[in-house]
Amino acid sequence: MDLNIASILAIDGLASGAIYVLIAVGTVLIFTVTRVVFVPFGDIAAFAALTLAALEAQTLPGTGGMVVLLACLATAAETVSLLRHGRRREIPGALTYYLALPLVLVGIVWLAKPIYSESMWLRILFTLMLVVPIAPLLDRIVYRPIADASVLLLLIVSMALHFTLVGVGLVFFGPEGVRTQPMTNTVLELGPILLTGQTLIIMVAAIVFSAMLYFFFDYTLTGKSLRATAVNRTGARLMGIRPERSGAIAYIIGSLMAGVSGILIAPVNTIFYDTGFLLGLRAFVGAIIGGMVSYPGTVAGALFVGVLESFAAFYNSALRDVIVFSLLIPILIWRSIASFHHEEHDEE
Amino acid sequence: MSRLHLSIAMAAALAALFAAPMLLGTFSITLLNYIGIYALVAIGLVLMSGIGGIVSFGQAAFVGVAAYTTAWVTTVAGGSPWLGLLLGLVLTCGVALFLGLITLRLQGHFLSLSTIAWGLAIGFLFGNMESLGKHSGISSIPPISIGSVDLVQSWQIYYLIWAIVCVSLLLVYNLLNSRLGRAMRTLRGGNTLVESLGINAFRVKVICFVFAAFLAGLSGWLYAHMSRFISPTPFEPIMGIEYLMMSIVGGMGSPIGGVLGAAIITLLKNGIQDYLHLLVEAAGQLEIVAFGVLFIIFLQYAREGILPRIRGFLPKITPSRPITADPLPVRSKPEPGSELLNVDRVERRFGGLIAVNQVTFDVKAGEILGLIGPNGAGKSTMFNLLTGALMASSGSIRFAEEEITRKQQSTIARLGIARTFQHVKLRPRMSLLENVMLGTHPRTRSGLLRGALRLNRHEEAQVRHEAMRQLERVGLGDKPYELAGNLSLGDQRVLEIARALAADPILLVLDEPAAGLRRHEKQRLSALLKALNAEDKTTIMIVEHDMEFVMGLVSRIVVMDFGEKLCEGLPAEVRDDPRVQEAYLGGTA
Repeated sequence: MDLNIASILAIDGLASGAIYVLIAVGTVLIFTVTRVVFVPFGDIAAFAALTLAALEAQTLPGTGGMVVLLACLATAAETVSLLRHGRRREIPGALTYYLALPLVLVGIVWLAKPIYSESMWLRILFTLMLVVPIAPLLDRIVYRPIADASVLLLLIVSMALHFTLVGVGLVFFGPEGVRTQPMTNTVLELGPILLTGQTLIIMVAAIVFSAMLYFFFDYTLTGKSLRATAVNRTGARLMGIRPERSGAIAYIIGSLMAGVSGILIAPVNTIFYDTGFLLGLRAFVGAIIGGMVSYPGTVAGALFVGVLESFAAFYNSALRDVIVFSLLIPILIWRSIASFHHEEHDEE
Repeated sequence: MSRLHLSIAMAAALAALFAAPMLLGTFSITLLNYIGIYALVAIGLVLMSGIGGIVSFGQAAFVGVAAYTTAWVTTVAGGSPWLGLLLGLVLTCGVALFLGLITLRLQGHFLSLSTIAWGLAIGFLFGNMESLGKHSGISSIPPISIGSVDLVQSWQIYYLIWAIVCVSLLLVYNLLNSRLGRAMRTLRGGNTLVESLGINAFRVKVICFVFAAFLAGLSGWLYAHMSRFISPTPFEPIMGIEYLMMSIVGGMGSPIGGVLGAAIITLLKNGIQDYLHLLVEAAGQLEIVAFGVLFIIFLQYAREGILPRIRGFLPKITPSRPITADPLPVRSKPEPGSELLNVDRVERRFGGLIAVNQVTFDVKAGEILGLIGPNGAGKSTMFNLLTGALMASSGSIRFAEEEITRKQQSTIARLGIARTFQHVKLRPRMSLLENVMLGTHPRTRSGLLRGALRLNRHEEAQVRHEAMRQLERVGLGDKPYELAGNLSLGDQRVLEIARALAADPILLVLDEPAAGLRRHEKQRLSALLKALNAEDKTTIMIVEHDMEFVMGLVSRIVVMDFGEKLCEGLPAEVRDDPRVQEAYLGGTA
């Protein structure tokens, strides 16, 4: 391998790494705030790609139906729980948030059908409008009833949810793979290295979103309340922060980042309804390198996974996933040695 | 329900299993075969996850390792299925041993995440290796033959599968009621207790893990020779979560839950396949959705599984009281008055904080020594240094003429130091008797084979007898089969002492035994400790800050304050020492 190939592989790797950064940061965000290892993040990214492709094809994407279905389920769950606890007065609010809001978003996209072809940015906006509600709605339906469960049980539920979503994806999107139009055809020539505009957009987006998240956490009250929830749920509650609300915000932000990553990867890779699992898991390896708590560590980890994958694919494309996932084991060992934590939490 | 009823029920179940192929059609038998094959994996998962607390998403990979090995041996290499069985199990257990050794020190969800990692990595390997047929798999696998009979028909292999399931169940139940099985059952709920009982927790976890992989390997072997064709699909991660689902749905508390879960899930899947297409067109696609949704609902409303719900309807089996047996061997106790424990200039730092600073004292055989001091004096740190829960930064600790400064907690426990905990550590779902039986771990020897094959009956009777003796001695002998979680705090502390006594300790160390006790409970405890010291010549060391409790009990006192030793002497001397009064009361009046 000469330097030339190495630099191409490295750039390629950094580009996919940047995608994983977006998903991984969302995973860490949700894990720290809600203790849920949200495995289906990759699926949401894949759904975003499929949604964008459908919009390009001038059809209403399957995501619309999916969101309507989830909104109905979430509303039913919330209403029943409010009635059971005698909190009737909160029902209108719940209806607005869980039913009206998602339906309005879907409705706008539905009505806007004639202008799908107008502009790419419009399609991206519509895609995000459809994708962002998914994770918060899933949170209400699936995780809220078992918020007190152990991390392990939540992880098992996440795995089950992931496989369910893959099935749902097949129903709503069909088995065909999609690849969307490139966002730009610019190619930059930096000496011997060719840098495509798409790669550049991906990297810039990763940086911009990471920076936005940083400012959100450090300079806004909502961001600080999320951090407080992550550090200590009970303590945050005593300070008047509602962990459920923090969780919902975390899911919205995470969903947004997964959506963006899906949109960015769609012109580069062919995406199928089940691509999300590998996407999510690779990002997940990055998140674990960051110990599931550190954002800078997660960013570094996700970039590292991207580069490693790119080089592994060059040497043996069939075994690249074997290599990436085998790597997780030494990382986990290093992590568990590096982080001292109390083990006596799961008393029977 | 007596033992007789249980035997009758089991005989009926076996007869039904035996008669099933004669009454059912081929399709139903095939379904039963699948249930049996899945049940083997689920039984292993119950043992490992439900009982040992190691949740694995990767069992499907182990099934695959054995299935691919036997498929390769019998097709490419032309060997017999029995050779395939042998090599398959050796390879599966070998892989499990390797993975276990490197991952089982991981904690909680990190451990489970690692199972996803290797589950995926191994799964990808099957589909990408040229010699294993890549994604098209391996076909024309020969059937298993016993003598001259080829097990081709589904009813033929049915008997083999279910014989293996029944034997496995029997072995697992035997194991769980043995010394090693009790150790496995303590794994859930933290290592500190396990190690303090002289059990090497890591080793027990590895055994659990490899045993579960062994059962998965058996399942893989049967699968390969039953379906006669294998491809990577049944060993993918989704199958790993399906196995987990089976064990959870059945009930993680008991191995039979694995069989129950395998049956429920297999029949349910079959039912969904049969009826879903009547409702919607895209049935194949919705199958996984329906399945996932049902599982999530199940986890939301019935995490414990089906088994505990059924059990509520069944009458309880009341075991009989333990019978008299030969006593377990007893350690020779050191000469009273000789030096038993020597702490020499021990220091422990946490970063910049010196929690224990150059402390020196010793414990004489046969005495009751009190280690006292106000809050934050470094008593608990000292205690943890003695028992090996923490390592000293410098200095040395010698016990019975042996250097123990750098020894593991479980090693120190085996040398004869038994402890209790300030925050009581029991296994609340085990009976009083079983909790005390745990204490005898270092005095007994039976391992995996002796436990599973019930060659340990003599030793078990001794253990039960010894545990009963200690329960009676501390005054808890009237209901040995009560669950430990149902006792009051005072009784739980006493139960901990019985457990420590069952280890036949040379030195008994008690961490704040009087904390949270009422006055009369303290008096009872004090009397009990005095009696133990007098009868057994057991040396006792008590860490306590309740002065009144200590003064009336101990023969000598060491006082610590701000990490240093303040003074030592007889109770009366210590009480009159102005330095002690100042430490406790903030200055002499």
